[in-house]
Amino acid sequence: MRSIRLCQTLALILGASFALFALAETPADFLKQFEAAARQESAAFQGFSAQRGDAFFHATHGREWSCSSCHTQNPSAEGKHAKTDKRIAPLAPAANAQRFTQPDKVEKWFKRNCNDVLGRACTAQEKGDVLSYLITLKK
Amino acid sequence: MKILNRFIKYLWPVAAGCLLSFGASADAHISSANNPTWKAECSSCHVAYPPSLLPADSWRALMSGLDKHFGVDASVDAKSAAEIGAFLQKNAGRNRGASTKPILRITETPWFKREHDEVGAAVWKNPKVKSASNCAACHSGAEQGNFSEHGVRIPR
Repeated sequence: MRSIRLCQTLALILGASFALFALAETPADFLKQFEAAARQESAAFQGFSAQRGDAFFHATHGREWSCSSCHTQNPSAEGKHAKTDKRIAPLAPAANAQRFTQPDKVEKWFKRNCNDVLGRACTAQEKGDVLSYLITLKK
Repeated sequence: MKILNRFIKYLWPVAAGCLLSFGASADAHISSANNPTWKAECSSCHVAYPPSLLPADSWRALMSGLDKHFGVDASVDAKSAAEIGAFLQKNAGRNRGASTKPILRITETPWFKREHDEVGAAVWKNPKVKSASNCAACHSGAEQGNFSEHGVRIPR
């Protein structure tokens, strides 16, 4: 009886860890996905640029906010919501291992924040540039 | 043993009653309603305002306009929206006004204004407070749904 229970527990742990592993991705995985999407968007795609992502991240794009309005000038540091002052965990993967690991979260926040900053959805090129920039940052 | 038996027989109901009545009196300022999706989604940009702070029709109106949420896109996926919406409806506050249009801002409800009428203008203008929506600036237990007056610390 005891050994059966032990086996069940082990199977459960194994199953759960496999499920977590299958769901979790890495920033590099997202970069690959953005690259595939960017190629779809434009035949002239020539790769991502961290420098372009840096400029994009800090620009206001003719409107009120930039990405850095909330994530601050340094995305490795803790951010602060521009309206409410609510604390925002660091955005750069080197400073926060949770970032760019969950597809639904990445999609949700790009959708919302691109709308807030640019008034439209971001292109795959823009997302890839920004992520390339964030990956270069150190803790 | 006799004393213990007596305690159980006579005093226990009294003690339980005291605890219960204490719970009820503190209830108005402490929110215990909880839902993990609501907490995670609604606390990413601000304190997760307890559902009892607005009536059901206000929450319904608010949830139907999340893509334009006080000037910010706060949209969530359909599954989360349905779950959060149901939680808010279930735990919503009473409709205390006869207004025809649902109030979307908690700070505009007659109840909020009454509760905060002794707070001076200088406090609201303090950069550490920034906005009346920043409950946690003064209510130290806001993150946990505790708005008891004992936890109020007005920043200077």
